[in-house]
Amino acid sequence: MALVLDNVAVPLRAFDLRLSLEVEGTVALVGPSGAGKTTVLRAVAGLVRPRSGTIAVGDETWFDCRTDVPVEERAAGFLFQDYALFPHMTVKKNVEYARKGAGDDYLERLRIRHLADARPRELSGGERQRVALARSLARDPKVLLLDEPLSALDAHTKASVRRELRELLAGLDVPTLFVTHDFEDAAALADRVGVLADGTLRQVGPTAELVSRPADPFVASFTGANLLRGHVAAAGNGVARVRLEDGLIVSTAEPAQGEVVLAIYPWDITIGPDPPHDSALNVVSGPVRTIAELGNRARVGIGPVTAEITTESVRRLGLQPGDMVHAAFKATATRVVATSTP
Amino acid sequence: MRLGRIVPAVLVGLAAAVSLAFLLLPVLGIFVHTTPRHLLSQLGNPVAKDALVVSLKTSALAQLAIVLLGTPTAYLLATRRFPGRSFAITLVELPLVLPPAVAGIGLFTAFGHMGLISTNVPFTQTAVVVAVAFVSSPLYVRPAIAAFEAVDPDLVAASRTLGAGPVRTFGRVVLPLARAGLAAGLALSFARGLGEFGATIMFAGSLQGVTQTLPLAIYAEFNQNFDAAVAMSALLVLVSVALLVSLRLLLSWRSSSTTSPFRFGLSTSG
Repeated sequence: MALVLDNVAVPLRAFDLRLSLEVEGTVALVGPSGAGKTTVLRAVAGLVRPRSGTIAVGDETWFDCRTDVPVEERAAGFLFQDYALFPHMTVKKNVEYARKGAGDDYLERLRIRHLADARPRELSGGERQRVALARSLARDPKVLLLDEPLSALDAHTKASVRRELRELLAGLDVPTLFVTHDFEDAAALADRVGVLADGTLRQVGPTAELVSRPADPFVASFTGANLLRGHVAAAGNGVARVRLEDGLIVSTAEPAQGEVVLAIYPWDITIGPDPPHDSALNVVSGPVRTIAELGNRARVGIGPVTAEITTESVRRLGLQPGDMVHAAFKATATRVVATSTP
Repeated sequence: MRLGRIVPAVLVGLAAAVSLAFLLLPVLGIFVHTTPRHLLSQLGNPVAKDALVVSLKTSALAQLAIVLLGTPTAYLLATRRFPGRSFAITLVELPLVLPPAVAGIGLFTAFGHMGLISTNVPFTQTAVVVAVAFVSSPLYVRPAIAAFEAVDPDLVAASRTLGAGPVRTFGRVVLPLARAGLAAGLALSFARGLGEFGATIMFAGSLQGVTQTLPLAIYAEFNQNFDAAVAMSALLVLVSVALLVSLRLLLSWRSSSTTSPFRFGLSTSG
């Protein structure tokens, strides 16, 4: 089943936002604040009425020029940015508001059964999010809509919640659309990422594609880092060695264990025709995959990473696709952004 | 130097003592005028008994009408933005600043025999209900608007996305969260309505057993049976204090049961 937005136009303060998007698995919408990300979610849930277009889930049409299914009849699980838990109800009552008798089941699933009788104001941010998730899931949604699911959390909680959310979403067979202003959150949780700016969807694709072949300078500036998935093969001397899916070993100075995702910014990677003999621990060697020029900068793809260098450097090195090069970056330039449970 | 600190402190303390004594003495006077036993026996006289029945009956009906009509009005004004909204809010507040005598004249020109809508209402018990409802409604509707505005719109949206229609959402989310604010408003409105004098005497007259409420009976007995007037005053004081105390309890309960901010102005006149 998929959520399909076809040529949907939603009114924003200054202009209309227009987009077409097909959501299968998890898709993240990223963009600066005011880009209309949340409005898109609200339109799917029925809380905002689009000017035109079609919104459909599977073979059910929720909105088109003739149809406008009321909010309560659209089975959309909506996770609000501040979670919107009912303050006058216990945790269990909150969950059962969505479906009577479902409380224990969903509290168990999210491992918060011990909180059943607590009031929302007694909970931590991470706990509130789990309650809100349990409540949305108890609705048995056909679509999950998450509005900045991680922004209300402090940095420490964020990492563990991100991991849990990732596992939860992987175990659900529900198309999920979530919005965030943080590209790393998007990359860590979503199969595909859409970049929204000035009322249009600039580009949609897997993160690696957005980083290596950004459609325009805005996408390039917004899609921060290369994200490399792998598992920790060895650790010692304050450096962990991560074996990537293609066998490449990358060293990181951050503590890591089990399955990890490493982030490296393209501008922290250097490219040269010869293997460097300097402090950089990581060297990726291979032919130049792609060169995408954006003004005075160029994104150059080598193996699993993309480097950002000036177009002047491209000319100086005479880089052409297919040339053998060595991309280097320091272990201290890598960051662990998502860790799955060991 | 020391004197510069002591003198203002003494002056402030003195001003506070005078203010509080000024507020306390009239109330105290009512209760020390006669013995409690005498007060009780005076309440047995027919004028007082009739007035109490008329007051309670008309107040209850007026407050019922205010809640039934005022609650949806307040919810509409709190949650919808439409042209003329600020005019509507001004209209809701108008009886607060209108002198009660003017309200009485206004009700006549609206619902009197020669009024905009000609009716037989004047000088009936219905007229008392109408006068009380007109004068005391802002004290319920204004806090009700504030209470509804304080309910986080995301909670309403959340309820809808969880499968609850507008009616269930109102009953299970909006009303419980606004409840304390509504109850506080109702207590104020009730107290104001119970003391209504000006608009009632002009629009409904002062007929014992029909339109003579406690305040009207107090005024009528003032020259004939002062003891009965004092006894009825004592009764009104007790009811008012009971309302004020329950209001305070409601407000402290509210602040610990919800997180929404809620303010309203205490303003009674006439």
